This record gives sequence, C-alpha cells and structure tokens, in this order.
Amino acid sequence: MLRGLPRRIAGLLATLLAASFVIFSAVYAAPGDPAVLLSGSRQELTPEKLAAVRAEYHLDEPLVVQYGRWLWESAQGDLGRSFQYRDQVADLIGARLPTTLELVAYATVFFVVLGVGSGVLAALRRGWADSAVVGGTTLAASIPSFVAAIALVSLFGVQLGWFPVTGQGEGFTGRLHHLTLPAFALALGALAVISRVTRQAMAEAYASDHVEAARAAGLTEREIVVRHVLRNALGPIVTMCGLVMAGMLAGTVVVETAFGLSGVGSLLVSAITTHDFPVTQAVLLLMVIGYVVVTTLVDLVHPLIDPRVSLAGRAA
Amino acid sequence: MTTLTAGALLPVKVRARRPVPVMVAGGFLALVVVAAVFAPLLAPYAPDAVDLSASLAGTSPEHLLGTDASGQDLLSRVLYGARSSLLAPLALLALAALLGITMGTVAAWYGGWVDTLLSRVTDVMYAFPGLLFVVLVIAVFGDGLTTSVVAMGLAYAPTIARYTRSLALSERSKPYIDAYRVQGMGGARICVRHLVPNLSGALVGYLVVLFGEGLMSLATLSYLGFGAGSPSIDWGLMVQEGQDAVVQGALLPALVPGTAIAAVVVAFNIVGVWVSDRLGQGR
Amino acid sequence: MLLDIENLTLRLPSGAAARPLLAEVSLTVGRGEVVGLVGESGSGKSTTARAVLGMLPEGASVSGAVRVDGEDVLAMEPGRLRAHRSRTVSMVFQDPRSAMNPVRRIGDFLTEPLVRVRGLPKRAAAAKAVELLAAVGLPDPERRMRQRPHELSGGMLQRVVIAAALATDPGLLLADEATSALDATTQAEVLALLRGIQEERRQAGSGLGTLFITHDLPLAAAYCDRVYVMYAGRVVEHQPARGLFADPRHPYTRGLLDCSPALGDERELRPIPGRPPSLSDTFTGCPFAPRCPRAEAECESWTPVTVPFGGDSGSADGGSAACRRLELVARSSS
Repeated sequence: MLRGLPRRIAGLLATLLAASFVIFSAVYAAPGDPAVLLSGSRQELTPEKLAAVRAEYHLDEPLVVQYGRWLWESAQGDLGRSFQYRDQVADLIGARLPTTLELVAYATVFFVVLGVGSGVLAALRRGWADSAVVGGTTLAASIPSFVAAIALVSLFGVQLGWFPVTGQGEGFTGRLHHLTLPAFALALGALAVISRVTRQAMAEAYASDHVEAARAAGLTEREIVVRHVLRNALGPIVTMCGLVMAGMLAGTVVVETAFGLSGVGSLLVSAITTHDFPVTQAVLLLMVIGYVVVTTLVDLVHPLIDPRVSLAGRAA
Repeated sequence: MTTLTAGALLPVKVRARRPVPVMVAGGFLALVVVAAVFAPLLAPYAPDAVDLSASLAGTSPEHLLGTDASGQDLLSRVLYGARSSLLAPLALLALAALLGITMGTVAAWYGGWVDTLLSRVTDVMYAFPGLLFVVLVIAVFGDGLTTSVVAMGLAYAPTIARYTRSLALSERSKPYIDAYRVQGMGGARICVRHLVPNLSGALVGYLVVLFGEGLMSLATLSYLGFGAGSPSIDWGLMVQEGQDAVVQGALLPALVPGTAIAAVVVAFNIVGVWVSDRLGQGR
Repeated sequence: MLLDIENLTLRLPSGAAARPLLAEVSLTVGRGEVVGLVGESGSGKSTTARAVLGMLPEGASVSGAVRVDGEDVLAMEPGRLRAHRSRTVSMVFQDPRSAMNPVRRIGDFLTEPLVRVRGLPKRAAAAKAVELLAAVGLPDPERRMRQRPHELSGGMLQRVVIAAALATDPGLLLADEATSALDATTQAEVLALLRGIQEERRQAGSGLGTLFITHDLPLAAAYCDRVYVMYAGRVVEHQPARGLFADPRHPYTRGLLDCSPALGDERELRPIPGRPPSLSDTFTGCPFAPRCPRAEAECESWTPVTVPFGGDSGSADGGSAACRRLELVARSSS
C-alpha cells in the first residue's frame, strides 16, 4: 500500500524547493536594486546601510549560492532579522504561531461539525432542508471572510454583546470566547465547501447498487446510512476537510487582520505594509510548507480510508 | 495534487437551478451595471463630498444609507464604488483568460515542453494557498490596484489554462478536428478558428463563476490595504475605512459596502452555475 | 406455495411511463423448485423480483398480491418487511462488484447478516463465515475474509454473494441475472454450485425455492424446472422447461429460440424484427403484435388473456400462453 510513498515525498520536496526558490528569488524580480527592497524603509538609505544589507544577504554571490545559504539557515531555524521589530524573525513567528494555530483548529472544529452535519442533513432529508442547505451554502461561499468578520462583530459583538471585540482572552475558556467570532468567520467559506462535498458524496454513495443490495438484505435505513452511505462518502469528505484546513493558513491573514488578532497572518500584512521583507519571506515560506505538507498528508491518508484509491495510482 | 484554488466553488454536481433565482440574480446584476455606469446621475451627492456635521449619520431621507465618519454619503459612494469593483475583476479576467486559454490550448495541442512547463508552473502556483502568491507579488512590486489586478491575473491564468487544456484535449480527439487536418489545415488555424470557439461555451461559464471569485479576492486585497488605496472609491476599501466605526456602534459604513460585495458575488455564483450548466452541456 | 404472485400490476404515475411496468403478472415457486423468469431487458423481470422484496419504484401504484409463505409482502409494515428481506428471501444480483460495498471487507459482508439476523456472537459468526466461503468453493477462505472486493475476480465475488445470500438460511432465493456478467466457464461453475446447494437443501428437508431470472432462454430451459417468459411487463408463456424447447407456444418464445444458436443446429438464425418496447410505448392490443410474424389485424385490439394448454389445467405438464392465435401456433409447430 505504501509503494508510492518515496515518490510522493520526492514530489513534496521538489514542490517545496520550487516554491521556496520563488519566494527567495522574488527579490530579484523587483525593479531596481534588491538591496533597496531588502533594507526595508525606502527612505534614508545611506550607502553604508546598503553595503551592510549587501553584506548580510551576501548579495554579491551568485543567486544559487545565496538561495542555498538562505535555505540552509532557514532549515536550522535562522530566518534572519526583522528590520521593523529589530528581532529574530523566528522568535517573532514563534510568539505568534500559537494564536494562528488555535484559530485554525477552532475553525476546523466549526466547519467539520457544521459542514458535514448540514451536508448529511441535506442528503438525508430531501425537500426543504436540502434547499435550505444549498441556499445557505451558496450564500456562505459568496461572503468574503472580512465581510463576515465585520457582520459578526456588528451583530454578536456590538449589538448583542455576547462576544468580546478586542483583546486575546485569559485562560482556555477566555481564549475560546475571544476566538469564537474569528474562528466562525474563518470557517464560513470552508463550511460551504464541505457541506456541498458531503452532500454530493452522500448522494453518490446512496445511488450505488450496493446500497440497493443492502436494502434488499433487510438492513434498516440507519444501518444503511452509517455502514454503507456515510462510510463510503468518508473518503472525499475527509480529503476535502484536510485540503480546506490547509488552505485556512492563508485565510488567517484576512481574519486576524479584521479582528486585530496578533498571529502569523496579521504579521504578514504588517510586514508587507512596512516593507519588512525578511519577515514576509519567512511567513510565506512557513505557510507554503504547512499547506504543502498537510495536503500531501491528506493524499497519503486517502487510500487508508478508501481502499479503492491506491497510492501508486494517485502518484502518477 | 488535489488543491483548493480558484474555481473550487464550482459545484461538484451541476444542478439545474430553477430559473427564478437566476432571473432575480441576473436582474440584480443588470441593475448593478446600470448603477455603475450612471453613478453620476443616480448618486445624490458627490462621492467625496465631506460633511463633518453629518458624521456617522444613520439612515435618513437626506442620506438613504447613512454616512461614514467624514460625513460622506454611503449610497453615493457605493454607486461609484461599483465602477472599480466591477471593472477591476473584468480586467483581471481578461488578462487571465488571454494567458490561460492560450497556454492551455497550446499545451493540449502540441504537448511536449509547453505541456510540461504548464504543469510545473501550476504545481508551484498551487503550492501557495489562497491569495499568498498575489501577496508575494505585491510584497515585491508594491501595492496598488494595478499590481493587484496583474498579480491576480497571473495567479488565475494556470487554473484557466488547466481547465482549457482538459477541454481542448477531449475536443481534439473528435473526428471533425481530424477532418480539418486531413484537409491540410495548419494546427494554429484549427485551434483559433475551430477548437477554441467550440470550447467558448464551457469557458464562458467558468469565467462567470471566476468573476465572482475575482471580485471577492480583489475586495479582500483592497480591504487588507494592498489593492485600491485612498482616495479611490472601492467597496473593499470602504469596508476597511468603515470598520473603526463599528466598535462605536455605527454599523452602516462597513456593512453597506460589505453587503454590496456579498450580494454581487452571490448573484454571479448563481448566474455562473446556470451559465456553465447551459453552455457546458449545449456543446 | 412458497412464492405466489397473483395478478400483480404495477403502474408508474402518468408521465413517467405510458404503460404499466407489470401487467397481471402471476407466477408461483414451490419449495425445492427452480423456476426461470426470462425476458429481454425492460420486460419487467427484475421489477417482479424486486416486488417480492417489497421494493417498488418510487410513486408506483400497485394491485394484486405477492405472497411468500402465504403472507402478502405488499401489505407488510416496515419492520416486518425488513425481517422478511433479511430472513425469508435473499437476492443475488447480476454484478457482484457493484452489489458489494467496495470499502468493506469480504468478512464483514458475511458476518453482518449472521450477527444481525441469526444473533451469533462475532467470533462464531466469523467461523461460520469461513465455513460458508469454503462451502461455495472459495479456496483459502480465511485469507478471503480479510480481503476487499476489488482484490477478487468476478466469479469469486459471485460465490461470496451467494454465500452471503445463504447465510441466513432463506426459503427463497432470487437470482437476478446472477451468472450473466460472468465468463462462460465461471458461469457453469456458479450454476453447478447453485444446483448443488439446491440438492443439498432438498435432502436436508428444507426445500429452497429459486427464482432464476435471465435473458437467456436456452439457459433457463436447460437449468430450471419451469420457465415463465415475460414480454412488455406481461407473462406471455409458462411451461415446464422440457416442454419449452420442444414445443414453444407463444410466437415470442419461438422467436427467442429461433435467434439463439445451438451446437449442431443447422437451423437458420432468425432475429425477431423490431426492437423491445420501451416504457413510453403503449399498446391497444397484444404488445408483441407489431413484431409478430403471425399477427393479424385483430391482434392489435385483442387484450391478452392467459390460456391454459396441454395436460389438465394446472398439472405439472400443462402450461399457459397469452396469444390470440394459440391454437394455430400450436398446430403449425407440431
């Protein structure tokens, strides 16, 4: 079953190398002197400062050598120094990563429970429930997360006062309370995708002959749904949940900004606004690694859930 | 690798929707276009007319949708904002479609290194979740609406190319294409005159759905401060400018443009699904 | 009588179909009997089998009766119906690959009914399942238990399906094209297996009735005790199998025999003209009239009636056919 594994891992590394090279070499795509871009502020550039930047980034060496050095240092946890915060980039990210991971985890709980739940409901109860779920997901998929964020704050934060609109919260329940609205805003689009995938996978599983055979063998509808329909629909549902969760890393950029949370996503926005290029590179690299690793894992797990999918077949 | 990208929201199973929601959505979009074109005639105020005495006013006969912190009329601003909010995704799609359809057709027709290049470029592009590729381009080239549109166009092109490639591959194997070849017609001529026009139905449906996504993404970039900047009038930017007032209890400045974005995207999704349904199957 | 279908008529709501799916279908299967049900696709043979399980198409209106052991299946309430499906009747489908859940193991497929219906503990069920697999002639049954459907060949899978069908000791077996998707040699093996099981059960004193559904008339005539032939939702002929070859009465049955080649047969193959009727075709009279070489103008308006012939009516030798020109057909063939 694990025949395709080395190939998948090689593919993963190749993708990561290519993506990291794009992130690194982007500096050279910019018009003008890369040292100017890397130095952060575009004003007050003295020749001394530029020379210092050149020395720090080894800009006089060939591109491939620079890239290799950057990659090697990054792999060891040395992500360079932020111009804005005058701090190690690794420390900056380390301090903010928990918030982002909590947010993604919380949002995942939301979209898995509500998305799969509503999808199952739509597939089982045709009629008005189905129409309501399909209509609701069309709406949910069309609302950008920042608009959802502001609508949620307006209604539940300002009007009803159920949830706090600022701050990070103390203790587990406090954090949970503070992260509820952000997590929901982040989960909304994902919820729509998962709901549709669930509904579709369930409908397909329902239509297959073996469900008819199970019914002919006298199984109850409940047994049929659990053992034959849901079980068979699980492959696409789990895969999609994994992919959507991985994609959420990028979604945190918007949601953290909208709620003023200090996580990795909002760090990226402020790094770009302040031209703090080492931080931008590091955060992008981190998010790309997270995304690619999670999606590869999902692909690897898929054959375990669905024996029809062979690893070797998918690797091609 | 299976990845979530532009177009992922295209429903897995294309359901034939009843025409009623499609008519409503289509009618609404037509209204929005009219509003954008005739904004100067329809808007009760100049969009940038500051009136600090009417700051954060609620709905009233003078200001139907209220005002923002500087007392600018929100209705007028939303009407004017429709212009850049609709034109920018249009420009982005035009760029992405030109690049994507060309690449996809060439990759399907000639295969070889173009095909390999396309799949490598797409693989790398798909390693960046969501808008992160666009964010990288903006980090390097600086922010602004033009950068955003070009970056988004580049980001969407591989997706369109991949879709075009799959359509073109199945179309290429049809007998009529062989018939043209037998007549000695050149590959480029067959592609431009016959192959691509025959794909246009499916492509247009796909592009309509992408339009809604593009609008959403550009609004997000504007909101983050990477897209359209002050003093231009853009829905995403309006939400950003209005969000500080939310905590003070004035919801309209952020919610009015936010609702406009959501409503237009919903309408595009409904129409897009219907169009791709009709045109995709009609081939 | 084990299975007794009486005047079963099944209609879809107007708009879905122009003619009844089943029209006045009557057939019986006794204990220990193998009864064939033959027809082209769309003739209603699978619909009949499904009706025995109480599985009717959505929105269908039904009249007549389907009695199993004297109890009307169509009048059963849901709980009773499930017990009926799981204990009394088992069905073997045409394509074992699509009839088995691809993500579950072969073992689950067998132990599930044993635990659920016969109330065996898990361990005992697994042991019994291995026994069943060995009984249907599957080599290395212990290993099979852990395998999944895609790892087995079609013939092997059909053996598994048969083993599962017999796991609950049903009185009636519905074999819906059970061998049609298999290679000729595998088909022969599966048929021999079914025959063997039939014989075993007969000797054990608990006769198993089989309704053997197929589109292959010569196969049915060779394999079954009695054969019913269906056309456009109607039973057009019913005879003991040996009579069917020698003396087919209905022009459709004759047509079917004339278009199947047999070894050492010098006859010319004659296809039946026209195509099988679809659900949107309506008939004013005999549905076979448009394709019938012996049809007269009157056939177009004659509502088919089943006429008994041969032996005493209802005796083992006798049969019946629904043809207006029955006498003529019978005379010309003898």
